[in-house]
Formats: sequence, C-alpha cells, structure tokens
Amino acid sequence: MLKTFKRGGVHPAENKLSASSPIITAELPKVAAVPLGQHIGAPASPVVNKGDVVKVGQLLAQSSGFVSANIHSPFSGTIAKIEDTIDITGFSRPAIFINVEGDDWLETIDRTDILLAECNLSATEITSKVKEAGIVGLGGATFPSHIKLSVPPGKMANVLLINGVECEPYLTSDHRLMLEKGDEVIVGTQLLMKALSVSKAFIGIENNKPDAIQHLKALTKNYIGIEIVPLKVKYPQGGEKQLIKAVLNREVPSGALPIDVGVVVHNVGTAFAVYEAVQKNKPLIERIVTVTGKSVKTPSNFKVRIGTPATQLVEACGGVPEDTGKIVSGGPMMGKALKSLDIPVSKGVSGILLFNGKEAKRPIMEPCIRCGKCISVCPMGLEPYLLMTFSEKQMWESSEMSHTMDCMECGSCMYTCPANRPLLDYIRLSKSTVGQIIRTRKQ
Amino acid sequence: MNQQIHVSPSPHINGEFSVPKIMYGVVLALLPAFAASVYYFGMGAIIVTAVSVLSCVAFEYLIHRFILKIQPRITDGSAVLTGLLLAFNVPSNLPILVIVIGALVAIGIGKMSFGGLGQNPFNPALVGRVFLLISFPVQMTSWPTPGGFSTGYADAVTGATPLALVKEAVKNGESISTLANIPSHMQLFFGHMGGSMGEVSALALLLGFAFLLYRKIITWHIPVFLIGTVFAFSGILHLASPEKFADPVFHILTGGIMLGAVFMATDYVTSPMTHFGMIIFAIGIGLLTVIIRNFGAYPEGISFAILIMNALVPLLNRWTKPTTFGEEVKNGN
Repeated sequence: MLKTFKRGGVHPAENKLSASSPIITAELPKVAAVPLGQHIGAPASPVVNKGDVVKVGQLLAQSSGFVSANIHSPFSGTIAKIEDTIDITGFSRPAIFINVEGDDWLETIDRTDILLAECNLSATEITSKVKEAGIVGLGGATFPSHIKLSVPPGKMANVLLINGVECEPYLTSDHRLMLEKGDEVIVGTQLLMKALSVSKAFIGIENNKPDAIQHLKALTKNYIGIEIVPLKVKYPQGGEKQLIKAVLNREVPSGALPIDVGVVVHNVGTAFAVYEAVQKNKPLIERIVTVTGKSVKTPSNFKVRIGTPATQLVEACGGVPEDTGKIVSGGPMMGKALKSLDIPVSKGVSGILLFNGKEAKRPIMEPCIRCGKCISVCPMGLEPYLLMTFSEKQMWESSEMSHTMDCMECGSCMYTCPANRPLLDYIRLSKSTVGQIIRTRKQ
Repeated sequence: MNQQIHVSPSPHINGEFSVPKIMYGVVLALLPAFAASVYYFGMGAIIVTAVSVLSCVAFEYLIHRFILKIQPRITDGSAVLTGLLLAFNVPSNLPILVIVIGALVAIGIGKMSFGGLGQNPFNPALVGRVFLLISFPVQMTSWPTPGGFSTGYADAVTGATPLALVKEAVKNGESISTLANIPSHMQLFFGHMGGSMGEVSALALLLGFAFLLYRKIITWHIPVFLIGTVFAFSGILHLASPEKFADPVFHILTGGIMLGAVFMATDYVTSPMTHFGMIIFAIGIGLLTVIIRNFGAYPEGISFAILIMNALVPLLNRWTKPTTFGEEVKNGN
C-alpha cells in the first residue's frame, strides 16, 4: 500500500500533457521586467539606477526586511527604467526593466555542468549563501527559503522533507527537473540537511511519476540518509501539512508550522536552486516553467530567466490558441487567473496554463443539495458548505468558530461540488474578514 | 485571441459530479426495481409510475412558474426522482386521482413549501406517501397479489402483505411458525409478495445499491447500518420469543426495508452530512422501524421511522462535526 494522507482529497484528471517533453532553454527576450516583489513579504529595494549596466547574476534589489529576498539580474544589459507593471498577482507593482544586451555573466558564477557533490561549508555558511542568492520556495508559495533554514530558538528540526509531489494537474516542471537534474536535486537536499543539521531526509513523489521515482531511487544509493517515498496520487498531497501526514504520519497542529513537529519542507525546485547557489555561486535567476493546455500545440517545459515575458514562452509552444478563454499562472486547482499574457515570469511561476473558452466558464450555480461531498473531500476536516453560508450571512464569529482560518484554499470542495457552488470564493472572503478581526483584537 | 478572457479565483476545473447526473443516476439505479414491479404487477405498475412522475414534474413546474414566479427548473431530475419514489411506495392499483393528490402533497408541501430543492427537512416522497396512508387507508393497503404480467389495474386481485399477515396472526395469539401462506425467504428475496410496487424485490434493489456505490453517488454507511440494525434488533426479539417475533431475514426482506435503506434514507437533502452522523441516523431508523413493526399499530414502520429521523438531521449535523486537521493531535511514530 502506498502512503498518502488520510482525510479528504480528490483525484482530478491528471492531464500531464508535457510530461515527456525535455526541458528547453528559453530564448532571451529583448526587453525584460524583473518585479521587485516576487516573494511573500516586503518587496526588495533596488540598488541599481536607470542607465546602469548590469551583468547576469549581479544584485538588482536587496532584501528589505526579515521576510524578504534579494533579486539578481537574470540578464546583462542596461537598466531602462524602474516602473510599475502588472505582474503575476494581477496588480500593478514596481519592476526593473532591462534592455537585454548579449549574455555577459559575472565571473564568479560556475556555468559548467560538472556535478560538485563535495561541500566543506558550515551550516550557517550554507544558510547565508541561500539568503544571498535570493532563493524562495519554488513550489509556488515563494516564502524566502533562508528563514525556513534558521530554526527559531526552542524548536528542533529532525527531518527534512523534499516535496516532489507535483499534485496539481497539468504541471510537469518538478517532474522534468527530477528526471534531468536528479543528481543536483539530491546534492541540494544534502546541503539543506547540513544547513538544518538533520540526518534524515525524505523525498515524496506521487506514483504517477514512476520514472522519476526509479531514477532518484537509483541515485540515492550513493547518499546516506535520503529516502525516496512513492505516494498514492491524491490532491492536495503537495500541501505541507498533507505531505507531512502522508510521509511521516505527523499532524501539524491547527495554527502551527511544520517546524513545531520537527519538520522542514522544501520543494525539489528549491533544492536544485540551493545546489546552484551553494556549489556554483549562481543566484536564483532561472526556473522551470511548464506551458500547457489542451489546445496548446506543443506543451513544453522551459528553463526560463526570471523576467522573460510569458507571451514569449507561449509563442515558442506554437502561439496562443485561437480558442483561449482563460490564462492561469500555476496549476488548475490553486493557480491564479491572469487578464493577459503580458506579464513577466517571476520566481513563483511554475506553469502557464491555457484553457479554451468552454473550459474557462464557470458552470451555473445550483441550490445546495446537502450531499456532504465537500465535507468528505476537505483535507482540513472543515465543513465548506457551512463556512459558505456563514460567510454569505456575514456571521464572522461563527466562521471563526468553525475554523475558517484553517482552510488552505486547495479548492477540493469547489472542485467536487455537484451544484457548482462558489464555496472557496466565500471562504476566502470569510478568511480575510476574520483575519482582520483577529488582528484588530490582538492590538 | 478573439475570445473573451475569463478571470476568476481558483479552482479552475470541476469534478465529474453534477446535480442532474446524480439525480438521473439514482433514476437509473431504480430501473431494476421498476422492471421487477412490472414483472410482478403488470400494467398497474406502469400506470402508477407514469402518473406519479408526470404529476410531480407538472406540479414542480406550475409552482415555480405561477406561485414562486421563478424560471422553472425541472430539468435537474429531482422531481422525476420524487415521482418515481412516490410511485414505488404505493400499491400498484392506486386510483389515479389519489396518486395525483399524493404528488401534490409531496412536491407542494414536502418540497416547495420549504423553499424547493435542498431546503426540505423531510423526504418529499415519504411526506406524500404518509399523507396518502393516513387519508386513504383503504386504497393504500389493498395490495395486488403478485402474478405474471397482468393487464389489470383497478380490478387487480388483492391480498395482504407478509408483514400484515404476521401482525394479524400475532394479534390473534397465533404462533408465527404455524402460518401457512407466508412466502419463503427465496420468494421474498426475488420479490414474490404483495406490497408497495417498488419495494418487493430485494434483488432488484440491491442491484440498484451496487450501481449507486459504483457511481459513488452514495456511500455504504446508511444502507448497511440500517439493514444491519433491523437484522440485529429483530434477531434478538426472535431469539427471545420465536412465536411472537418473525425471524430477522424475514424482516429485512419484507416491506420497505431495502427500498428505504438504499433509496429513501440516503436522500442527500434529508440525511446527515458526515459519515458518523449517517451511522447514528441509520441505526435510529432501524430501531424505530422494528419497534413500530412489532409493537406499533401499523404492520410497517419504515416511512415513519425515516421521517422521524429526518427531523433529527439538523441536530445530528451539529453533533457530528468532523474533527479539524490538527485540532486533536495524536503524533505517534
């Protein structure tokens, strides 16, 4: 029996159209926009000015707070302007525009493909290199990674969990990365283990990627303390709490963090970025992006410099399909719908997904028939139908009592609902209102 | 891109379930039982079913259109289903006018007066059925005897149900074991007995149950616990006094246990939302049914038992809330 989390979950059609397309290096754009806020927390503050000439890897903007991250130049060229542009969040926010000229890298960066498995750095040195490189969680949450590596006093990490689940339908960027850069991912895992001083790491991979499981299993024979855990295919297994439950059978208490049960979780993409930062001196300036959709001519996986326009990637896949009705950044379950493709790829973009007009429309809402399916699929053990009713009637106290804040917004309830009720829309509304009430109460 | 670009919050895909798919799935699951009733009761079964379904759909349409003044939405299949279930719960020789009244009560009072689909606390078909049972006791308890396909309708030959025979015998102080005209267990399983037209064949209803499970429309909790409770409770009574109480196999195969357990008690709207709630609900129905059958005035009690437990569903939903992830943490390794 394969491991998985116990409560709830759904199994949407996997549609991994690009699973067998090798990673292609995307072409350099002529003009790029590198957003200053690519991570959770305070936007980085620019350290370059208009007219400056920059090299690939050079610092563009500096971390501006405890929860923030550095941003480096993915291109060589001239800074054209620092101006607001619509980014992945859908809001207009500041970005550094670069006129790309050539591809001139900083000399300190090792651009060879030679695997460097040995590392003599100490834990704090690794953490500071991760911080310096501006690495954030590449699974999509974009939480600055060095914070997760600095375990707060009084808490102890004893296991590192690497998330190779990729439970979102359509996305294949982590899958391809594990297949093509398996060694690097595993060395990155070792570096993370060293930074956290833990002796055990697990890499959780869903069973719909048997080639990745086989490949990494063969590779880990040479490393001590790293174990590959095949998991039953079930969404949202890539959620931190679900993954910890599935692999380790530990339950993170409501309102607590993984570190409270001795676990730190990082994505495989993050492990790869850590390898490059620590062993190759390469800051986070690239990531793997899946471009996919049923009408897309050639669904592909790209290695993309941050700041490359999303349009360019779609063009490389045969152009925007005629019937496109919805553009999603990320997966179909938790991704964000965009108004247009004119946005730069940022650190958190794992995929660009195009739906046709028919798939794009939400089906018509019908009355709740109280089937209880939303309850049975909720991985957090909530009652989505009730939370929606409370939210509709603005009963915020009841919402809080019914644990609306525990919702992880995985969308399983709304996916399953036979009456097409906008459960998650209303739960989001109650989360933001209740969150505000809680903050006011604390003051 | 000539098309409009839609922007909406996640999730961006929908699962396979939809209200019409579920409703018509249940209708499909009822087809074996319908075939069995046509086999046993002939034309009468077809007439009763047609009248009941048509009048339920018509009343739903009329009430939407002229009383609630909203866009009529009868295509979701819920009125068809109520009509089918009402027909399955009455004798196959019920006069047409009585069926129409039953449909009006089921849809009008049982469903629409509470606000329509999803709002009714009681199973609409059972509301209609119980209303008819109380208002037309003679017509509602004259059961055509099963035979080959007969073309008779109102003039069908009638007789008592096995449950009524047992009740009568116990009342007269006779011993159950001496009763001669009780069908064998095998006959009961295939449905060779008098009764409401859709409830007779346990085999056909179990086929429907398998289909509902396969299509994931219902879970096993309510049917299994309901039938199990009836079996266990009537088994205990039978062991205590075999002369006064019929055996448990007889109890689960007769009357409306199978129809009630698989199709009536599992109605989404009127049953609890959590599995634990469903189990309590099913056990309650099982206990009440056996109590009414053996100690009450009526030979059959599942309709009343389901309606009584329907009333408790809001409380059950409140008592059986799921445990939130991470609320009670048990971390063993």
